[in-house]
Amino acid sequence: MTVPEPLPAIVLIGHGMVGQRYLEALAERGATATHRITVLCEEPRPAYDRVHLTSYFSGRTPEDLSLTPAGFMERHGIELRLDDPAEHVDTAARTVTARSGRVVPYDVLVLATGSHPFVPPVPGRDAPGCFVYRTIEDLLAIEEYAKTRSSGAVVGGGLLGLEAAGALQGLGLATRVVEFAPRLMPAQVDEGGGAALLRTIESMGLTVHTGVGTQEVLTGQDGSVCGMSLSDGSTVETGLVVFSAGVRPRDQLARAAGLAVGERGGITVDARCRTSDPRVYAIGECAQAVDGRVYGLVAPGYEMAETAAEDLLGREKEFTGADLSTKLKLLGVDVASFGDAHGTAEGSLDVVWSDSRSGVYKKLVVSPEGVLLGGVLVGDADAYGLLRPLTGSVPPVAPERLVLPAGAGAPVALGPSSLPDTAVICSCHNVTKKAVTACATLAEVKKCTKAGTGCGSCLKVIGQLLPAAAGQGLCGCFPYTRAELYEIVRTRRLASYRDILDGHGSEEARGGDGCEVCKPAVGSIIASLAPALGASGYVLDGEQAALQDTNDHFLANLQRNGSYSVVPRVPGGEITPDKLIVIGEVARDFGLYTKITGGQRIDLFGARVDQLPRIWARLVDAGFESGHAYGKALRTVKSCVGQTWCRYGVQDSVRMAIDLELRYRGLRAPHKLKSAVSGCARECAEAQSKDFGVIATASGWNLYVGGNGGAVPRHADLLAQDLSDAELVRLVDRFLMFYIRTADRLERTSTWLERLEGGLDHLRDVVVHDSLGLCDELEALMADHVAHYRDEWAETLSDPERLRRFVSFVNAPGAPDPTVRFVPERDQVKPDLAVLTVGGAAR
Amino acid sequence: MTVELEVAGGWLTVCPLSALVPGRGVAVLLPDGSQAAVFLDRAGRPYAIGNQDPFTGAHVLSRGLVGRAQGRPFVASPLLKQRFDLESGRCLDDEEVAVRTYRVRTAPAP
Repeated sequence: MTVPEPLPAIVLIGHGMVGQRYLEALAERGATATHRITVLCEEPRPAYDRVHLTSYFSGRTPEDLSLTPAGFMERHGIELRLDDPAEHVDTAARTVTARSGRVVPYDVLVLATGSHPFVPPVPGRDAPGCFVYRTIEDLLAIEEYAKTRSSGAVVGGGLLGLEAAGALQGLGLATRVVEFAPRLMPAQVDEGGGAALLRTIESMGLTVHTGVGTQEVLTGQDGSVCGMSLSDGSTVETGLVVFSAGVRPRDQLARAAGLAVGERGGITVDARCRTSDPRVYAIGECAQAVDGRVYGLVAPGYEMAETAAEDLLGREKEFTGADLSTKLKLLGVDVASFGDAHGTAEGSLDVVWSDSRSGVYKKLVVSPEGVLLGGVLVGDADAYGLLRPLTGSVPPVAPERLVLPAGAGAPVALGPSSLPDTAVICSCHNVTKKAVTACATLAEVKKCTKAGTGCGSCLKVIGQLLPAAAGQGLCGCFPYTRAELYEIVRTRRLASYRDILDGHGSEEARGGDGCEVCKPAVGSIIASLAPALGASGYVLDGEQAALQDTNDHFLANLQRNGSYSVVPRVPGGEITPDKLIVIGEVARDFGLYTKITGGQRIDLFGARVDQLPRIWARLVDAGFESGHAYGKALRTVKSCVGQTWCRYGVQDSVRMAIDLELRYRGLRAPHKLKSAVSGCARECAEAQSKDFGVIATASGWNLYVGGNGGAVPRHADLLAQDLSDAELVRLVDRFLMFYIRTADRLERTSTWLERLEGGLDHLRDVVVHDSLGLCDELEALMADHVAHYRDEWAETLSDPERLRRFVSFVNAPGAPDPTVRFVPERDQVKPDLAVLTVGGAAR
Repeated sequence: MTVELEVAGGWLTVCPLSALVPGRGVAVLLPDGSQAAVFLDRAGRPYAIGNQDPFTGAHVLSRGLVGRAQGRPFVASPLLKQRFDLESGRCLDDEEVAVRTYRVRTAPAP
């Protein structure tokens, strides 16, 4: 009888992010089948996403943070011993002794022991109420302790310290940050960036001390933390202290085993991640790489894990260093730094844009030859995804154009398409543009390259690189962009989705049902062109009804529990007392929640589908009409009170706002549209943040276009000045119709304007100087729209057929939906989310 | 013609076929108090799945938009737009999530 040769044994010490990546790298290479693998883990839970640790406080559970796929260990025959840290390594006997007393022999040992938080040696640092911020267990303990305290302090104003401070503030504690260096995030940002960061963080209500050390943690009579004394002589009160003053590599095991370590700590490894004992590897934050650095970031750790796995299999791969780019969202502030952020290279030059008002600071470091070396972005890190891959090359446009905010100069013509194929898009997994563009969907990118599954900062650029977003067609059903489809519908006078899909859809989509992307887009095109096509303008007519998104389909806004909000139009925000009373009565009688909105009207929330007709019957009777708060259409034209009442007003902004709102009500567009009219330059109506905004001057109206509030704010650009009433309306007509004709699906005027070749100048040429000879046509289209406008709710109420669809259940038209329930809050109602459980657990 | 749904007690008549608009759904209240969403595709084929959106808990799948991807019919939830295969109930955007399906048929009106 022959005894089979035992498989070579790998022992991995540490099951953090890098340890798990190492196991996956082995599994991907088939090495889990040819090796017996044991993992010793100190923590009570398998590897989780430490980078996103703080998201625990915004609702992610420890399970959500897990990085270990279910069944992974079983599938690959890996023995994972939780709660059983390694205590001793014997490199001569080749064994590891765990705390449980178990002795595990190895052929190959991999140290992935990570870091431990550095706690400065100040008196009182061990008192109850002192914490570090490193593991899920730490967070659970902080959360529990914070319930009994009203204030907290974080020692350390680096990345993690600011995250911890945000978490403490989120737990309801008055929070301060104490940073020894003269600025926040000293490792990542420069002085200017630190100043911008400081202003923003202070404006969020945190107290920041910079250039100050912690001398002692003070304790009360019960021995627990009650304050701190600082190096500037002051004493501050605090109920708990979180130390986040940096990390130190955990190299004690290696030291005790006689392995070489660096002068300032970290297990010394070569380019193949081998320690001074060739049978022992060290990877991640416990290792000092061959460039002499200890990397405290996950991306280099992942690359070391790959390197060690390749080396195990006798393949050549080297880890010689990594860049220290980081991007994160701290307390809602974007911060990014990449490459040579501090400009240490000889002769390097800075390009800086700083706007203290908005807390934006951007700096690029370039070489005298124009090569981008690095940068710091605070407050607006949108460009990070593009700039980091460009590092080391000469960008295709001048550096100042890369830091100027949109609208403050020539629009940036640089898109991800300008990146070279070799540009690294995902630095966590070292994935190039070429590898990304070889995939067709985001899911494929994640599966094939792992790009986008690390810190996530590259997702935006990946989205822009994928074919669907590259303007190659609206969706899988149509090979045309929205603008091209608009032209097809307009010139061929097609008012039927069926005809459009069967005649112009992609081969495989013809005869089918379309999809959720193209149906509403085509529905919107048909609605915008209805009079010109000779089609019914009523969006729920016949086949049109099947195209509408839920909001349009029920002429109301779907809210999270399946109820709807009702928004009557209040043109210009002007409303009579009688109408106010009607809104109040309707809300009271139907038990609706009411809120006055930023668009100067009153929203009524919490209506069930079957209540909508009765609610609207009352409102229409009282003279209200649909406010088109649903769907992609003109929402409101906001106004101030203008010269009628205001001491400063120079024109009648209320009348103009009402005129514009009534003129463009119901206009279907690629995206919702907002507008405002201010009666003077004081801008009380905030017209410059609107798709089209009007500001009165002593001699007429100034028209601004392409502004945007929302997620990507943008100030509008001045299109024309000192216009008469008629000139203003004519220009807005042309502008809107030109936008509706040429924009992409869901493209706001702001992004459309930035994408438009030639930008604002081109737009002005077209709509003011009629360079394309289109203006008559654009005006005629708008005239058609205005002439054919009818109120959708009045039409709906007059037709029993149309009303039939407003039921909760087709088989029980009188029955309300029992899952649309409400509970009281501040004398009104809010959705009862307890009834919305999925599989027993509320989401 | 009427539309019928298979439930624990047998075939349940839910509505006349004419109540369904191709490309859209309706919600059905089942005898046990749960809800189903019934759809008709362009070819006139009916489908039925659970009405509850597993991502939000709201009973709204019947109000989603119907489409077809890779030859398979789906409905996109009106809330966060995840798509569900109308035949298998599987979520096309998250393979770990599915909704239940019901057998559904059309029958001559009694």
